[in-house]
Amino acid sequence: MLLSPAPLHIPDGFLSIVVSIICWVITIVTLYFAISKTNQALGEKQIPLMGVMAAFIFAAQMINFPVAGGTSGHLLGGALAAIVLGPWAGMLVMTAVIALQALLFQDGGLVVMGANILNMGLITAAIGYGLYRSVSSQSKAVKLGVAGFAAWLSVMAGALFTALQLWLSGTSQLNIVIPAMMGVHALIGVGEALITVAALSFIMQTRPDLLGEGSESAKGSRNWIYAGGIISLFVVLISPFASGDPDGLERVAIDMGFIDAGQDAPYSIIPDYTLPFLGETALSTILAGIVGIVVVAVIMVLVGRGLKAKS
Amino acid sequence: MHFDAFDRYHEKESFLHKLDPRVKVLVTVIFIVSNALLPDGAWLAFILAWLFVVVANVISKLGIGFTLKRSIIALPFALIAITVLFSIPGEPLYTFNFLSSQLTITDNGLLRFVSILIRSWLSVQMAILLVAVTRFPDLIHALEHLRVPAILTTIIAFLYRYLFVMTDEVFRLIRARESRSGGVAGRRSGGGVLWRAKIAGNMVGQLFLRSFERSDRIYNAMVARGYAGHLYTLNAHEMKSYDYFATAFAIGLIFILQVIGRL
Repeated sequence: MLLSPAPLHIPDGFLSIVVSIICWVITIVTLYFAISKTNQALGEKQIPLMGVMAAFIFAAQMINFPVAGGTSGHLLGGALAAIVLGPWAGMLVMTAVIALQALLFQDGGLVVMGANILNMGLITAAIGYGLYRSVSSQSKAVKLGVAGFAAWLSVMAGALFTALQLWLSGTSQLNIVIPAMMGVHALIGVGEALITVAALSFIMQTRPDLLGEGSESAKGSRNWIYAGGIISLFVVLISPFASGDPDGLERVAIDMGFIDAGQDAPYSIIPDYTLPFLGETALSTILAGIVGIVVVAVIMVLVGRGLKAKS
Repeated sequence: MHFDAFDRYHEKESFLHKLDPRVKVLVTVIFIVSNALLPDGAWLAFILAWLFVVVANVISKLGIGFTLKRSIIALPFALIAITVLFSIPGEPLYTFNFLSSQLTITDNGLLRFVSILIRSWLSVQMAILLVAVTRFPDLIHALEHLRVPAILTTIIAFLYRYLFVMTDEVFRLIRARESRSGGVAGRRSGGGVLWRAKIAGNMVGQLFLRSFERSDRIYNAMVARGYAGHLYTLNAHEMKSYDYFATAFAIGLIFILQVIGRL
């Protein structure tokens, strides 16, 4: 049942509006940096390159291999894209793929697209690149091994974040959704890992210049090692905790107010705002979202100014 | 493969086809947000929202059940929500044994489950209609007008343009693999799972190199034709008075829907 090819594409209606907005904010901020970084790094050449690379990822997702019992392994591509194109460009490429899948094929929703980009494009790229970068000076075998592990973990991370978002939206029960998603993706992730390793090894043999020194792949900042490491650590620590003691995680979330925020009390962000004839939720949710986006926009502008002043 | 193999656009002369793409994107997104905001069990509002979809179908001249046909696409995902049937406390409706554990469906659980399905089903239909009445390049152009960064929209536009080229390339690779994978009935051919994965991985690597080199050629061809980092459009969109009217009308209807859903 859960073995459909892409159980990570959340359709509209399955996430609450607050969870959707929070994911959009994280995604927009990350993409803002991705865009400004790739603009600096690649210049005008980036657009045809990334456009065709997005078509590559889309097409590569069609390549599969039979595993057993009618199931097949195939590629999600987030980790691979980040490793061969560099993390920021990889994120943009994955974003374009996910956006097209949602817009053209309704594979994933429009309002929840922020969450889908976050789960399948941003987190996978950060983990894939971060872990790969940490061994970039090691031997080829180590690099390939770590890339494989990173690809597997990136799929698990996508599954974990999807499960957490569904749970925070009140759509799924934690003690079922986490083991179900993680269990299925532990297998899907193996397919991802095998294809990623084989593809990388093929590229290393035929075009070593694309992955060697001076390539886009090697230029990523060393900070990615920390970013990827922290997210990986989060996944590794949360998953067993959530599977083994879902009530524990639920209690933490309730104590910290996450559940209320996600499920039914979005207006508490702006507690005084109520509209008598509408009840509270509809307009104030939108307003809360707008306020959130404005805050983020201001931060983004300030950060952008700061970066410019430095350079 | 023909260039429009992936196209979801259906050519017709209708008011919806003629509307400015910005209006269609905006109304679709607002409609989906509105679905997400409707409380569980707002049946009247759900029915009205469905009527909204049906009427839009009729106006588009694509046929009253046009979006219905493809709308089950999100259904497999419903399995992920099935746990709410049992997890929300309420009056028990039905109890059964499943894998040695007793599960009880509650009325509140059922209410929430059905509400989630309806929200998703309505939203998917609207998204299907959007791409059926809007040419994809127009859609991308509308996103640009709606302040999506140009670099992202251009990447998506390129992705759309080269989708069928790279898909052709994949089919060539798959055809090559199949023609080399002859087997005798009853006898195992090829290697194990690892070997198969390696072949698939090599195909991905091969596809990557072909794409990479193609993007180089494309870039050179573009530079030769005067590309300087910016794409131009020949059919600029212009908001007409009926576009504004349609936006206001649709948003008004959705607003009323929200009010009814909360009465």
